[in-house]
Amino acid sequence: MSGRTPLLEVDGISVRFGAVQALERVSLSIGRGEVAAIIGPNGAGKTTLLNVISGFYHPYEGHIRFEGKDRTHLKPYDVAALGIARTFQNVALFKGMSVLDNIMTGRLLKMKGSFLLEALYWGPAQRQELEHRAFVERIIDFLEIQAIRKTPAGQLPYGLQKRVELARALAAEPTLLLLDEPMAGMNVEEKEDMCRFVLGVNDEFGTTIALIEHDMSVVMDISDHVVTLDYGRKIADGTPDEVRANPAVIDAYLGLAHA
Amino acid sequence: MLSVLHAVFVAPFVDMATAPTFLAEVLIGGIAAGLMYSLVALGFVLIFKASGVFNFAQGVMVLFAALTLVGLMEKGLHVVVALLATVVVMIALAFGIERVVLRPLVNQAPIILFMATIGLNFFLEGLGEMLWGANVKRLDVGIPDESVKLAGILINKLEMSAAATAAVLVAVLAVFFQRTRIGRALRAVADDHEAALSIGIPLKTIWVVVWAVAGLVAIATGVMWGAKSGVQFSLSLIALKALPVLILGGFTSVPGAIVGGLIIGTGEKLGEVYWGPLVGGAIENWFAYVLALVFLVFRPQGLFGERIIERV
Repeated sequence: MSGRTPLLEVDGISVRFGAVQALERVSLSIGRGEVAAIIGPNGAGKTTLLNVISGFYHPYEGHIRFEGKDRTHLKPYDVAALGIARTFQNVALFKGMSVLDNIMTGRLLKMKGSFLLEALYWGPAQRQELEHRAFVERIIDFLEIQAIRKTPAGQLPYGLQKRVELARALAAEPTLLLLDEPMAGMNVEEKEDMCRFVLGVNDEFGTTIALIEHDMSVVMDISDHVVTLDYGRKIADGTPDEVRANPAVIDAYLGLAHA
Repeated sequence: MLSVLHAVFVAPFVDMATAPTFLAEVLIGGIAAGLMYSLVALGFVLIFKASGVFNFAQGVMVLFAALTLVGLMEKGLHVVVALLATVVVMIALAFGIERVVLRPLVNQAPIILFMATIGLNFFLEGLGEMLWGANVKRLDVGIPDESVKLAGILINKLEMSAAATAAVLVAVLAVFFQRTRIGRALRAVADDHEAALSIGIPLKTIWVVVWAVAGLVAIATGVMWGAKSGVQFSLSLIALKALPVLILGGFTSVPGAIVGGLIIGTGEKLGEVYWGPLVGGAIENWFAYVLALVFLVFRPQGLFGERIIERV
């Protein structure tokens, strides 16, 4: 990781909910183009960290820099506009909308235009819609979800919903992609597919990825860089091999969760 | 006993079959009234879908829009100019509501927002009366309230134009929701706030848009009902008629609002005409509410609404 330019720098952030110290002076840095994993036992603050990066929570101390600029207090939609896309732990798809429409919403930030033309679906508005459709079709091919294009997202099995959520995030052409447990609740085959897609995204689009994951074999396989949290503090940060060998991690996480 | 059963289950249908023209007239009247109910219900659905707020003030928005229009016309403005000015007023109102009411209450429980709309209700009612006075006003849109015979069926011109306008408006809104970028964003916000934020949809803008659209729907409703029965305080009470429509159609469904309105419109007219005499009339006044109660018991999510499942 060293030598790469940092894309995202988190510098000493703390978040508290009432009496619970969810994050305590956590610092980390994610390099451009890398796949970083955030691991830790339940309640370690992983999702909170993701929520802070994507603007849902704001830290009471510390700073976040994205592409070298301070981004600590932005709102979620401003964060999205900067090129940070995310998925959610419990899948937050628009359940009543078709898969295609779901992915198209990911393009909203890229679309602009006149309200009137749009209502008439005419001229530039139509051209624009078609251009974006073409890009979305590329993502659909890439993630191999051609067959479910028209299906309402809420009716899909869980594994596919996760994939559609990834597609929606990709539609925004993010620089940084945050994935909150992209493989939770999946069977081995689905996990393998998802790993392939995550690495493929990183490869093909050059997207930097930060993911939260519980499956250790997955984490060790696909990440360049692993950050370990426990009780809101960072206890380890390094390559998968370094983290695996770190006694604090073994105590806090591997020892407990996989006893 | 047998005669009662006959009067309830046989005689009305015999009447329908023997006088089909009259039945058609009743049905047309029912559909016309139903479309108007749909329009009021749509105002509720739009706001409920996009912000999860049950807007108690929707009825008063109808009254306020109609009062503003008539007031401006009384000042000597041409109908078209007055209408445009009213559109501007309703859009400004949407901006004001977002800034003063919704933004400070963001992330509050739905009940708090609901209370805020009750406040808005009284504020708008007072403002409307302060600006334009409380007396009943006539609204003349240039379409006479008279009937013509078409293929042997008696049709009221005003009711028909109102129904046609309502149908066009409903269709335009449906297309807007399904096909455009903003429509897609609206549906996205309605479906999942958090996810909508994460893909870069600013809630504030969306709220202004829905309240503005609901304001426009209020103008249309106000003009049509106002032309029929005069612009007066009771106009705000048609919101009460929209409640059963919403319960029938589901609070979150645009097609539901349309179908619910039509069912209630035709149902109450048919009930009134064919079964009314049996109970001494006035079926029209309670039919919608009884139907809504039945739905609440057996299908609380309505015909098209989303099933309410909450994780505890």
